[in-house]
Amino acid sequence: MDKLTPKTIPVPDHPAAAAAFQADAERANWHDQALWFIREKRDVASKQTPDWELLRETASQIKEHVLAHLDELLIQFEEKARENGIQVHWAADGEEHNQIVLGILRQHGIRKLVKSKSMLTEECHLNDFLAAQGVEVVDTDLGERIVQLAQEPPSHIVLPSIHKRKEEVGELFHQHLGTEKGASDPAYLTEAARQHLREKFLSSDLAITGVNFAIAETGGLVVCTNEGNADLGVHLAKVHIACMGLEKIIPKAEDLGVFLRLLARSATGQPITTYSSHFHKPAPGQEMHLVLVDNGRSTHLGKKDFYKALKCIRCGACINTCPVYRRSGGHSYHHTISGPIGAILAPNLDRQKNADLPFASTLCGSCTHVCPVKIDIHNQLYLWRQVLAQDGQVPKAKAVSMQAMATVLANPKVYRLAGRSGRFMLRWLPGVAQNKRLNAWARQRDMPSPPKESFRDWYLKNRKTK
Amino acid sequence: MKVGLFIPCYVDQFYPQVAVASLQLLEKLGVEVDYPLQQTCCGQPMANSGFASLATGCDALFARNFAGYDYIVSPSGSCVLHIKDHLQVPGQEAETTHIRNHIYELSEFLTDVLQVKELPARFPHKVGFHLGCHGQRGLQLAQMSELAAPAFSKPGYLLSLVQDLEVVPLSRPDECCGFGGSFCVTEEAVSAKMGQDRVADHQANGAEYIAGADVSCLMHLEGVLRRQKSPLQVIHLAQILNGQVDA
Repeated sequence: MDKLTPKTIPVPDHPAAAAAFQADAERANWHDQALWFIREKRDVASKQTPDWELLRETASQIKEHVLAHLDELLIQFEEKARENGIQVHWAADGEEHNQIVLGILRQHGIRKLVKSKSMLTEECHLNDFLAAQGVEVVDTDLGERIVQLAQEPPSHIVLPSIHKRKEEVGELFHQHLGTEKGASDPAYLTEAARQHLREKFLSSDLAITGVNFAIAETGGLVVCTNEGNADLGVHLAKVHIACMGLEKIIPKAEDLGVFLRLLARSATGQPITTYSSHFHKPAPGQEMHLVLVDNGRSTHLGKKDFYKALKCIRCGACINTCPVYRRSGGHSYHHTISGPIGAILAPNLDRQKNADLPFASTLCGSCTHVCPVKIDIHNQLYLWRQVLAQDGQVPKAKAVSMQAMATVLANPKVYRLAGRSGRFMLRWLPGVAQNKRLNAWARQRDMPSPPKESFRDWYLKNRKTK
Repeated sequence: MKVGLFIPCYVDQFYPQVAVASLQLLEKLGVEVDYPLQQTCCGQPMANSGFASLATGCDALFARNFAGYDYIVSPSGSCVLHIKDHLQVPGQEAETTHIRNHIYELSEFLTDVLQVKELPARFPHKVGFHLGCHGQRGLQLAQMSELAAPAFSKPGYLLSLVQDLEVVPLSRPDECCGFGGSFCVTEEAVSAKMGQDRVADHQANGAEYIAGADVSCLMHLEGVLRRQKSPLQVIHLAQILNGQVDA
């Protein structure tokens, strides 16, 4: 029952997936409102924090420093971590990461484990990989457990099952945990999940956690959760494996004072996560491993227009604020990390597969201004569009129409002729322009009513002849 | 002071009344305004679609039309931001730098350059204000809701000078309308939904007009309103400030 394999989201076509999401209007509205509620909580929390904008700037500069000195900081971190008794492993990509984890499991003869939230392991598709090796992985974050039972990937990095209504969770729990049919009371369902997970915690010899911050100065790491599931898993297990992307390094323990103030407020509007767990060395009799994963990050670091995306602390604020994400759902991004930040990270891994994502934005810029580490997200979306167009990764029809438009707009006489005929067409053949099949604008919106004369025509009559 | 009036292509073709109001308003305020006759577009439609490389013709034309003015003023925040951020013409660094530093969206030109303190306008209506994302966050015409920073609004100040105008607050003060250039057709489902939601916010708060500082947003919202046969109307800031609307 627990050997669940996530279904992959089939089409890398954001507009089609978003339209499908919108087809269920009630769910789409509720999704938008739920996430906007969190954005508003974030606004309140940030405005109640003295010097919020200074904190963002400080965090941004620390992260810039980290990315500029990543090599030295990683070496310093590794040395300290080893001194503390942590076994450090380096993985060039997701496959190597998965093999390292499997190696540790085999060494101990372990066939079941608990795992707290880790977007890195999602990125490496660890669950699929281990399931294929006959290992039972239980995600212990409640939201992660819900999507795991539903055989779906998370739709949001902080709120993995935000796309599910409580009735759907009730049905899943009825099928998998034996709760009453039709029950959807959140307290009842949560209690059922607690009992179910407790049994998994108690019977597991190994715990995997993610890493929010790895401190170069001390060789320790910090994991933030609201459910205490990372702590519980680690404390009850003989072996702890922490998995992290290279960019999670911060130089000093005192930097936590900046990042911990920003993280939860940006994510959910809480002052701090319920648990900020510090792991510095294995407990007596325990074994602690750390897997440092590159998986495209060092290539990304070399791109001058795009490296700043590696400053991300995975708070999800840009996702919550994004008017497109709220109305298209996380799965429409067909990438582990959805929303605006996902749309600028994904093309680094596979341009062709993710060529639609930088276009899933109006470039409204809200993402950039909620970002606690000041990543220029909307600017990078714009720059990715240029790269993808140069690369031939946009639909042929769009490239042709853009070439035509560029020619018209660069020639005033041609432009005026086109404008006149366009307005003429709209006036005399409105049926063509308003045709819902030919014109996507007209499906849900009317075309502007065409005036008889352009402003230039008016100007020539009313000003130039004076 | 010589001002070149930049009227973006779609305003020229579809919303000449906004251009007329902008011109008349500037003239009323004693500004010497010229409309260069060979202008077309800022190049943003190509650039935002990933084809900035195809906008070189537009860029050169823009520089040719506007290099000779002390200021360039336009009633569309988005086009102004595009020029400010992206106008480059090889060999014409001095001209393009001058343009980028002296192009103003209409309302910021009124508050920052002309420093308007009074306007002879009256508009006895309830107005919701949709500034437009590029004007708001890009040109910083008003404080955005994302930042923990003091509130201000240049267009809001101008509206406060208009007699009998009541600004209605919105539940989401600066949510995007969903236009987004070619986004409005490539992501039709999300774009239209964003427009409908933006309109609903104004309707729920009792607005009679959606006033804006960016014609592209207004065009989008008007498209939604007309399809709904809603009595709510869109109006550009320039039309209110020019006082030409039949009140």
